[in-house]
Amino acid sequence: MVENLNHWSFVIASYGIGVIGTAVLVLSSLLAMRNAEARKDKARDR
Amino acid sequence: MHGFANPARFLRLARILTIPLLLAGIVVTLAALGWGLFGAPAERLQGDSVRILFVHVPAAWLGMGGWSAIAVASLAELVWRHPLAGIGARAAALPGAFFALLCLITGSLWGRPAWGTWWVWDGRLTSMLVLFFLYCAYIALADAANRDGANGTRLPAIFGLVGAVNIPIIHYSVLWWNSLHQPPSISLGKSEMAPAFLYGLLAATIGFSLIFGAVVLMRMRAILADAQAEARLRRRAMEAVDG
Repeated sequence: MVENLNHWSFVIASYGIGVIGTAVLVLSSLLAMRNAEARKDKARDR
Repeated sequence: MHGFANPARFLRLARILTIPLLLAGIVVTLAALGWGLFGAPAERLQGDSVRILFVHVPAAWLGMGGWSAIAVASLAELVWRHPLAGIGARAAALPGAFFALLCLITGSLWGRPAWGTWWVWDGRLTSMLVLFFLYCAYIALADAANRDGANGTRLPAIFGLVGAVNIPIIHYSVLWWNSLHQPPSISLGKSEMAPAFLYGLLAATIGFSLIFGAVVLMRMRAILADAQAEARLRRRAMEAVDG
C-alpha cells in the first residue's frame, strides 16, 4: 500500500537537485575552459 | 565529418556556438521546468509527483545519449582516427555521468511516493546504475590514458564501444523483465502521453540537450587549450635546451 505522502517535497527536491547540479556542472566547465584558455595564451606570450 | 578534423576550424565554430547554445538551453529549460511546476496539471493516479517527469526523463535520455555519443566518437577514433573524436568522447563523459546520476536520484525521489519504495533491483534501475558505474570507469580510464600520451587513447575507445551494449539493455529492460517501472510512453511517431505533459517534456529535453551540448563544447575547448599550452611549453623547453 502506498502511503499518503506530501508529493510536493519530492517534486521540490528533484527540481532543486536538477537545477543546482546542472548549474554546478555548467559553472565548473566554464571555469575549466576559461582557465585552460588563459594558460594557453600565457604560454604563447612567454 | 572530416571537415572538422582540423582543431583550428573546430575551435572557430565552437567559440561562436558555446555561449548561444548555453543561453538558449538555460531559457528553454527554465521555461519547461516552470511549466512543470506551475502549469502542468496533477495526474489522476500519481498526483503531483508526476511533475518529476520533466527532470527525470530528460536526465535518463541524456545519460543514455551521452554514452551513445561516446560510442560513436570511439568508433570514429578507432576506424577513421579522427583527431577530435577522442577529445569529444572525453568531454561527453562527465556531463553524461551527471545526467545518469540525476536520473537515478530523481527516479528514487519519484519511486517513494509512486511505488512506496526508494529502490528496487529490477532490470531498468539496475542497468541504469550500471551505466553510471561505466561512466565512472570510463572517466578514470580516459584520465589515465591521457597521462600516457597519444598511444593510450585506444583503450578508452574500445571500452566506450563495448559499454554501448548496455544502452539497448536499459531501453528494453522494461519489456524483457517484470518491473515496477512503466513501459515507454513515447516511441518514434507515437505517444500515449497527454499534450499537457508531452510538449513540456519535449521542451525540457531540448533545453537540457542544449545545455549538454554547450558543456561538451566547453570541455572540448578546455582539453584542446591544455594540449596546446603543454605543446608550446614543451617546444620552448626544447628550444632552450638546443639553444
